[in-house]
Amino acid sequence: MTHWFPISISTYGGDIDRLFYVILVITGLIFVIVQGALIYMVLRYRHREGRKAYYIHGNTRAEIIWTAIPFVIVVFIAAASMGTWRDLRDTSRFPAPDVEIEVTAKQFEWNVTYPGADNRLGTEDDFTRRNQLHLPVGRVVHVHLGAEDVIHSFFLPEFRVKQDAVPGMRIPVWFEATQTGTYTLGCAELCGLGHYRMRGTVTVHEGAAFDAWSAARGAVAFDDETDPEGRMATAGASARSAHSGH
Amino acid sequence: MSVMRTFSPFLAVMLVLPVACGGGAEQDTGGTPAGDANAYTVPADSAAVIAGVVHFEGTAPTPEPIDMSDEPTCVEKHPEGPAHRRVVVNDNGTLRNVFVWVREGLGDRRFGAATDQKVIDQTGCMYEPHITGVQTGQALVFRNSDGLLHNVNAQPEANRPFNISQPTNMDSERTFSQPEVMIPLRCDVHGWMEAYVGVVDHPYFAVTGEDGSFRIENLPPGDYTIEAWHEQYGTQTAQVSVAAQQTGETTFTFNAGMAGRPVPLGPPLDPHDHGPVATAAAGGAH
Amino acid sequence: MQSTATMDAPLHWAGHGEPQSFMRRYIFSTDHKIIGIQFLFMSLLFLLVGGILAGIMRWQLGYPSQPMPGAGVLPETMAVDGIILPEFYNSAVTMHGTIMVFFAIMPLLVGVFANYLIPLQIGAPDMAFPKLNMMSFWTAAPAGLIMLAGFFVPGGHAAAGWTSYPPLSATPEYSGVALGQQLWLISLIILGFSSLMGAVNYITTIINMRAPGMTWFRMPLATWALFITAILVLLAIPILTGALIMLLFDQTIGTSFFRADQGGSPLLWQHLFWFFGHPEVYILILPAMGFVSEIIAAGSRKPVFGYHAMVIAIAGIGFLGWIVWGHHMFQSGMNPTLGMTFMATTMVIAVPSAIKVFNWLATMWRGDLHFHVPMLNAIAFVAMFVIGGLSGVFVASTPVDIYLHDTYFVVAHIHYVLFGGSLFALFGAITFWYPKMFGRMMSEALGKVHFWLTLLFFNLTFFPMHQVGIGGMMRRIYDPTQYEFLAPMAPTNRFITIAAFLLISTQLIFAFNFIWSMFRGKQAEPNPWRANSLEWSVPSPPPHGNFPAMPQVYRGPYEYSMPGEREDYMPQHVPAGMPASSPTPVHAG
Repeated sequence: MTHWFPISISTYGGDIDRLFYVILVITGLIFVIVQGALIYMVLRYRHREGRKAYYIHGNTRAEIIWTAIPFVIVVFIAAASMGTWRDLRDTSRFPAPDVEIEVTAKQFEWNVTYPGADNRLGTEDDFTRRNQLHLPVGRVVHVHLGAEDVIHSFFLPEFRVKQDAVPGMRIPVWFEATQTGTYTLGCAELCGLGHYRMRGTVTVHEGAAFDAWSAARGAVAFDDETDPEGRMATAGASARSAHSGH
Repeated sequence: MSVMRTFSPFLAVMLVLPVACGGGAEQDTGGTPAGDANAYTVPADSAAVIAGVVHFEGTAPTPEPIDMSDEPTCVEKHPEGPAHRRVVVNDNGTLRNVFVWVREGLGDRRFGAATDQKVIDQTGCMYEPHITGVQTGQALVFRNSDGLLHNVNAQPEANRPFNISQPTNMDSERTFSQPEVMIPLRCDVHGWMEAYVGVVDHPYFAVTGEDGSFRIENLPPGDYTIEAWHEQYGTQTAQVSVAAQQTGETTFTFNAGMAGRPVPLGPPLDPHDHGPVATAAAGGAH
Repeated sequence: MQSTATMDAPLHWAGHGEPQSFMRRYIFSTDHKIIGIQFLFMSLLFLLVGGILAGIMRWQLGYPSQPMPGAGVLPETMAVDGIILPEFYNSAVTMHGTIMVFFAIMPLLVGVFANYLIPLQIGAPDMAFPKLNMMSFWTAAPAGLIMLAGFFVPGGHAAAGWTSYPPLSATPEYSGVALGQQLWLISLIILGFSSLMGAVNYITTIINMRAPGMTWFRMPLATWALFITAILVLLAIPILTGALIMLLFDQTIGTSFFRADQGGSPLLWQHLFWFFGHPEVYILILPAMGFVSEIIAAGSRKPVFGYHAMVIAIAGIGFLGWIVWGHHMFQSGMNPTLGMTFMATTMVIAVPSAIKVFNWLATMWRGDLHFHVPMLNAIAFVAMFVIGGLSGVFVASTPVDIYLHDTYFVVAHIHYVLFGGSLFALFGAITFWYPKMFGRMMSEALGKVHFWLTLLFFNLTFFPMHQVGIGGMMRRIYDPTQYEFLAPMAPTNRFITIAAFLLISTQLIFAFNFIWSMFRGKQAEPNPWRANSLEWSVPSPPPHGNFPAMPQVYRGPYEYSMPGEREDYMPQHVPAGMPASSPTPVHAG
C-alpha cells in the first residue's frame, strides 16, 4: 500500500518534486509540533481533583509571535514557488521549441497533430494520431492545447504536466523528456461519462527515430521499437524496461 | 432548433413540478401501443409486396481505414484491418446499407407495434448492423460485446435524446416514440463508430444487404412513395402502385458522384472531425 | 454600544400565554428555536443521502464494475445488474458534493445554529424578522425536494460535478443530462433566496437586538463567527445566483455566456463560481471554529486565549476569503501572472487559521480539561483541521499544484477540512446544545463510542487518499483500473472503501443516539456544561420568547476559573458577588 510519485522524466519534474519535499518537510515539522502540543495539553491538563485552570485572557507577545512565524513561512514557500511557476507557465520564458505539436481534446479522445517532414504545423503534411502522443527525447516540445466540446485536462503524470484544455482557447504547454519509454496521458477534468477512459499513450523515442517517423507522416514503424505490442500498454512495465538505459 | 427541444422539458417541469418524479417518461411510451384495438391489419388475401434492388454505378470508393490501435481487443476482431462502412458496394454492383421505406401512401392507418426486439451490437468497436430500422415503440437493444466502455449517444430531433454508457458487457434497451429518418448514433469513446436508426410508425421498411435487394411485404394495395436513404449519397424516391397480391418492382441507382449531397439528418454528424478548433479566439491568458 | 438594547419588538417580552395550534407551533413556526430544529432534521436527512451517495461512489472505486449489493433496486438508467453506470457514478459524485455542501453542512452550520444560537446568545427574544425566518426554512425545504426530484427524471441527475463547469453542464448534447441539470440549477437558485433571508435576519438581529451590556466584544465567538459568516453569505450568494441564472439561460433558451463556440467564456463561470465558492468554503468552516471556541473554553474551564485575536482572525479570514478564489483555477488556462497573485493571497490566508489553532492550544494550556463528548469532538476538530490546513499549503504552491490539482490529494484536503473540520465540530456542537434544544442529554457512552470509531475510520478513509493522490489518481474517475499506472492502487482503493463503509455505518450510532436520547435521555438542567453564555441561563428547552425578562450582561462569555470565585465559571448575566448558579437572568430594571 505504498504509492508515491511516478518516475519523473521531464526536465522540470525534479523542480516540482523538490518543492513538494520542501513543503513536506516544513508542514511535517509543523504537524509534529502542533499535534505534539495538542497531545501534551490533553495529557498534562486533563481534569484532576482539585485542579483549577489558570485564569488568563491572552498574551499580546505570544499572538505576535505566532502570527509572524506562519507569515514568514508561507511567504517563504510562496517565494520559493514563484520561479518554477514562471519557468513553466510564463510564455515569455518558454525555451524555443524544437518540435511543435497540436493536441485537441474532445469527448473522449486526444487527437495529436504532428508537423510532418517540414516540422511546421498548419501545413499540408500535418498528420493526426488518436490517443498516441509520440515525442522525441531531449528536445523542447511545445504543445498547442485546445478542446472541441467541453473542458478537459491534459495530464502527463510522469512529466508533471497538467493543463486544462478549454474550448475557445489555445493554451501553450512546454516540456522536454529526459528518457525514452512508454508513459501515460490522462484526462484530469470531469468531461462526461467517458472521462475515466479518456486516456492515451505517450511514447518517447530517440530523436532520429521520431524524425524518420514524422517525415514519413507516421507511415513507417518506429525503428527503435522492439515491442510493438508495448505501445498498446499504458506506461506498461515491459515497455519501460525495454527502454531503460537509454 | 436545439433551443426549443431543451426548452420544452424545462417548461414542462416548471408547470408540473409536483408530478415530475417519474412522470416525465410518458412521452417515450407514445406511438402505437401494443394491442391497440384500432390497429390496422392487412387482410391476407389482399397483401401486396414492393421489391427491388439498389444499384451502384461507377467505381466503389476504397474504404477508409480506421486507426484502432489503442483498442487491441477491438483490432483483433478485424483480421483484415478495421475500415469505415460508409459506402459498401457488393460484388454484384449493388449498394449495401440503404434504408428503403414507405414514405407516403399509407394514409392515416395505424399499425400495431412490433413485438420482437432489434439488436445493435457493439463488437470490434463497430456497430453491427450499421443501419437499422425500427417501428415506433419497438424495443431496440444496444449490446456491448467488447467488454470495454462504449456509449451510445443519440441526438434525434423528434425523439428524446439519450446518451447511455456500457462500461462492460451488457444490454440496454431503448424505444423511440416518434418517426424519424434517420437518427445517427455515435460513440464518443471511439469517434469512428457510426450507425443510423430509421424510425417509422409502420412495419414497411427494409435495409439492403449483401445482394443489394430489398423486399417490403404485407402491404395494403395502393399508391406509394418509396424512399431510399443512403448516408453518403442522399435520398431518392420512387412512385409505386401495387394491387392486391401483386409485387411492385422498383430499382434505385446511386453513383459515386452523388457524394456530398445533403443527407437528411437532424444535427450534423461529424464525429471524426479532427480539424482545428472552430473558434479562432486565442488563449486570452497569454 | 449599550444603546443596542432598544428592542424592535418589545411585544415579545410579554403575552406568550395564548395557545397555539400544532401547525403554528411546530410546522409554520416563527420561533427561531423551532426553525433551527426544523433545519436540523432536514439537514441530517440530507447528510444521510449524501453519505449513501458517497457509499455508491466508494463501492465502484473499490470494486470497479462489480455488482453492488442492493443496487439491483436501481433502475436501468443508474445500474445494470447491479453494476453502477458511469453516468450515474458522475451523478453520484455531483450530488454527493452538492448535497453535502448546500443541503447538509451549510444548513447544519448556519440554518441550525445561527437560528438557534444567535437570539439566545445575545439575549434577544427572537430574530429581528421572525416571519422572514420562517420563510427561509419553507424556501429551503422545497429547494431540497427539487434537488432530490432530479434523481427521478429522464437523463438522470446533474453529472458535471458540484462545480458544474460549462460547457459540460450547459450542453445536454455533451452531458446527456438536460432536466436533471435544470432542476439542480433551479434548486440552488431557490436555496440562495433562503440563505439570503437567513443572512439578513442574522445580521440585523446581531446589530440591533443585543441585550443591555452585550457589547460587541462580549459576544460569544460562536455569534461572532456566525455574524461574519452571515455577511459572507449575503455578499457571496447573489454572485452564485447570478451565475446559476446565466447557466440556466445557456442551457434552456440558448444564450451563450459560457459557450466558447458562440462567443462566451467557459472561464467566466469558473471565476463567478469560485468568487462565490471560496467565501463559501469559509462559510463552511467559520461557524465550526466558533462552536469549537465555545466548547474548548467550557471544556477547559478557562477563558478563550486571545479573544480579540480570535475575532480579528475570523474577520481576517472573512476578508481574505474574497481574494483567493483564483487558486481553484491555477491549471484552468488563467493568466499565469494572476496565478502568482492568488498564490500569495492564498498563502497569507493560512496565517489567521494558524492564529486560531495556536489560540485553541493556548486555551487548553494550564486548563482543567473535561473530556466530555463535545470536548472530544472539538479537540478532534483542531487536530484534523491542522492536517487539512497543512495539506492546503501543498496545493497553494502553484508548481506543486500542477501535479496535485484534480487528484485525490485535493479530495483528501477538502475532506479533512469539511469532514475532519466542520463535521467533527458539528458532532460536538449538536451534542453540546442538544440538551438546550430537546431538554435531554445525549448518551455520553454512545457519544464516546461514536466519536472514537468516527475518528479512526475517518482517518483510515481519508489519509490514504493523500497517498493515492500523490500517486497521480485523478478525481472523479469511475474506474481507476483503466489506467495501468493506477492499477497497483486497487488494494488501497479497496481499503479506503471498506473504511468508508465502516465510517458510514458508524454514523448509525449517532443517529440512534440522537433519536433515542430525545425520548430516553437524561433530563437536562438549564446549564449542564456549567457554561457562561446567556443560552445557559434559561430552562432547557427555553420557552417561547426565550427570556422571562430582558437579561443584563455584566461580562464577557469566557469568565471561567476566576480567582476568588467559589465556582469555576461566572455566567454573563450574573452580577458580581452573586452565585454563579443563579438560575434566571436578573432583571435590570
